[in-house]
Amino acid sequence: MSYVKLVVQRYDPERDEKPRFQEYIVPYRKGMTVLDAILYARDYLDHSIGVRFSCRMASCGSCGMKINGKPALACYTQVSELGTERIVVQPMDNFPVIKDLATDFEEFFEKHKELMPYLVREDRAEQENPKSEYLMKPEELERILQFTYCIKCGLCYSVCPTVGTDKLFPGPQAIAQAYRYVEDVRDEGGETRLNILDNPHGIWRCHFAGSCSAVCPKGVDPALGIQLLRRYVMRGKAPRKKGEGSKPFTK
Amino acid sequence: MKQVKNVSEVFHWESQRQKGCYFEARSVVEVIKSDVVIVGSGIAGLRAAIEAARASNSRLEISIVTKVQAMRSHSVSAEGGTAAVLYPELGDSFESHIFDTVKGSDYLADQDAVERFVLAMPSEIYQLEHWGMPWSRREDGRIAQRWFGGYSYPRATFAEDKVGFFEMQTLYDTATKYDSIKFYQEWFATSIVKYQNKFVGVTALDIKKGDFAFFKAKAGIIATGGSGRLYSFATYGYSATPDGMHMAYKAGIPLKDMEFIQFHPSGMVPSGILITEAARGEGGILLNKEGERFMKRYAPEKLELASRDVVSRAIITEIEQGRGFKDEASGLEYVHLDLTGIGEKKIKERLNGIREIALKFRGIDIISEPVPVRPVCHYVMGGIDVNIDGATSIAGLWAAGEAACVSINGANRLGANSTAECLVWGKITGELAARYATEKQHEQTPWEDVMMEEKRIFDGILHGSGSVNPYEIRDNLQREMDANAYVFRTGDGLLHALKRIREMKKQDFRHCEDKSRRYNTNLKDVLEVEGMLEVAEVVLLSALTRTESRGAHARRDYPNRDDKNWLKHTLAFRTEEGPKLDYKPVVITKYQPAERHY
Repeated sequence: MSYVKLVVQRYDPERDEKPRFQEYIVPYRKGMTVLDAILYARDYLDHSIGVRFSCRMASCGSCGMKINGKPALACYTQVSELGTERIVVQPMDNFPVIKDLATDFEEFFEKHKELMPYLVREDRAEQENPKSEYLMKPEELERILQFTYCIKCGLCYSVCPTVGTDKLFPGPQAIAQAYRYVEDVRDEGGETRLNILDNPHGIWRCHFAGSCSAVCPKGVDPALGIQLLRRYVMRGKAPRKKGEGSKPFTK
Repeated sequence: MKQVKNVSEVFHWESQRQKGCYFEARSVVEVIKSDVVIVGSGIAGLRAAIEAARASNSRLEISIVTKVQAMRSHSVSAEGGTAAVLYPELGDSFESHIFDTVKGSDYLADQDAVERFVLAMPSEIYQLEHWGMPWSRREDGRIAQRWFGGYSYPRATFAEDKVGFFEMQTLYDTATKYDSIKFYQEWFATSIVKYQNKFVGVTALDIKKGDFAFFKAKAGIIATGGSGRLYSFATYGYSATPDGMHMAYKAGIPLKDMEFIQFHPSGMVPSGILITEAARGEGGILLNKEGERFMKRYAPEKLELASRDVVSRAIITEIEQGRGFKDEASGLEYVHLDLTGIGEKKIKERLNGIREIALKFRGIDIISEPVPVRPVCHYVMGGIDVNIDGATSIAGLWAAGEAACVSINGANRLGANSTAECLVWGKITGELAARYATEKQHEQTPWEDVMMEEKRIFDGILHGSGSVNPYEIRDNLQREMDANAYVFRTGDGLLHALKRIREMKKQDFRHCEDKSRRYNTNLKDVLEVEGMLEVAEVVLLSALTRTESRGAHARRDYPNRDDKNWLKHTLAFRTEEGPKLDYKPVVITKYQPAERHY
């Protein structure tokens, strides 16, 4: 393979009536990622391609898009693994398009924020002025660890059929992060989060299509997080009440 | 947040107050007013925002202006650790962390700043923990630490090998608690506006919509990170361009010690993606083509855990003497980083991130195969000249993190001290900016400057014309830096690169092919390239002028450290003809310069 045909979905809502496809011929080199191909086209063939990217190592979560129809991070997809010379890139679903491949995350970030993605504690004075750490055993950390890998790339949100039909549904990313904090032995905000989620547009709306977990590039299993949270909602109680979070180390 | 809707009114009102102010009827600039404006949303920017919110009991309005989305800043890619003295009862001490840092800096660090830094660190570790940071733990539930290069104690605090990522997550998530912190995501700040040497605000371009606005504030903090994308072989993400440094430089603040650029020993070939120093901290070794553990000839005591400048010079020396490997596709030469002795269990627990990276980007499983590595641009010791409080020479303006140069890193930073510095000076500057904004009133706006900036961007670049591809200029610039301002430098090479950069500055690249308003990264990129050229010029001139070898600045033609003439910080001031250099003394409290051995 000496070149790839990169087909980019182009759309500027201010100027275009509908999306169109534009093809670019990009020289191939060994180890080339889909992001490399897009950047070659952007730098040397057409400066107007709209695309979001930064770290190029699957840590920052900027470059989620559909690659030959399948949602993935462009920097984390080798051209060689696609097994085709023609690569079609399109913006993620369930997000409004700003331009071409760049999508609007405002609603996504807002939903993450609404589920209180931070440690909630009664001991505010201690929390804001610590002298030591809250104790946490390695096995307690292990329980939340995979959920902490979320890079907020939006891929799970883009494939969720429920997000597609119910705009009020927080989506797999936000709920998985709610679970990450509810399950953290240091946190005492579980009850509040469960109350927010216990409504017809909340946790009950998920019907376990499971695509969120299949698409995650970092190995997070949001569907599992949602299941485990449901268990707490059905039992009607969070794992810890106010004041029951783990205690700071004392000598 | 007070968003001034009826902007033309504000404009007229201000313009009437100021005689002789620039006025043109067609131009109306939106004003977004707050108390503190922070440029940059990495670890330093977020830590500063939270501190400003806390210090003011949420009474101040805080704007974060960031050219990326939240959580995309390159701080997320910091891997191995954050240094702090947590276990004095087990043998660590403040004294030791201070001395290791000063020695690592090749005695160019300001020792009063290092002391303040080291003393402040433990509570930063606990503070992050109390906000939810998933630090890796010991069996007893306390925070775990590990070895890093150049240290006399294993004081790199870690969360697997995704430390920067988790710190960003913790800070971003915690920042969402504060309604007084407002994010302006994908807004590219273009200039610092001042009035009688007092900070008035920053101008910025909304990448999403193409709008231009003036962020008026009483206090400001520049936390825009490093400038590693002056090189093509870099651990940095594409966004790591010296925008904040350039803004400060244009506003009359000097850039300090810019010749000192860190080349991390283990950039994976050919992408330059970072393989954390923790890989060596956990037991990884470096081997040349002959299978020899060559570090024993360069640093008999510390071996692979000598400071980064020492290890990087050793690797390049091995390669130059014919004991390296060659990657045929890229032409890059390298040595092997062999982690096979660490064992599967420990790798999966503590180095999972780089295992994933090496597998995906190079098809190598580090459990059973060595990784090809060579020195890679990783950090800029220099930056915006600030004092020990992070304050710049403009009243009401601070800088923190890699964008700033306090300096605790001198001529060579130790691993695990950069995320730490972001936390400490994020906090310090956040608190000081909040205090200042509480006491002061808004300054007058010099509208002429704001309008000129708008004109430069829209008339000059967006609607401008030219024949040279700005991306080609960027690539050529990076090629010159890769070739001439790398691990070893010569006067001839630096001078050649400086001439080339000056030619590029004169070229006709300041124009956009993309004339649209929405998500026009072409426009942003031209602005970035403009800054890259000016900052590269500072790096090269500072390096050319410093006729000695110290820390990461190794001159072939001046191989020795020269304390008599060069134990001083470089300051580069902007003039129309190019940078003008000056110098200032290093603060030495306890530790007299001595020869370094590892």
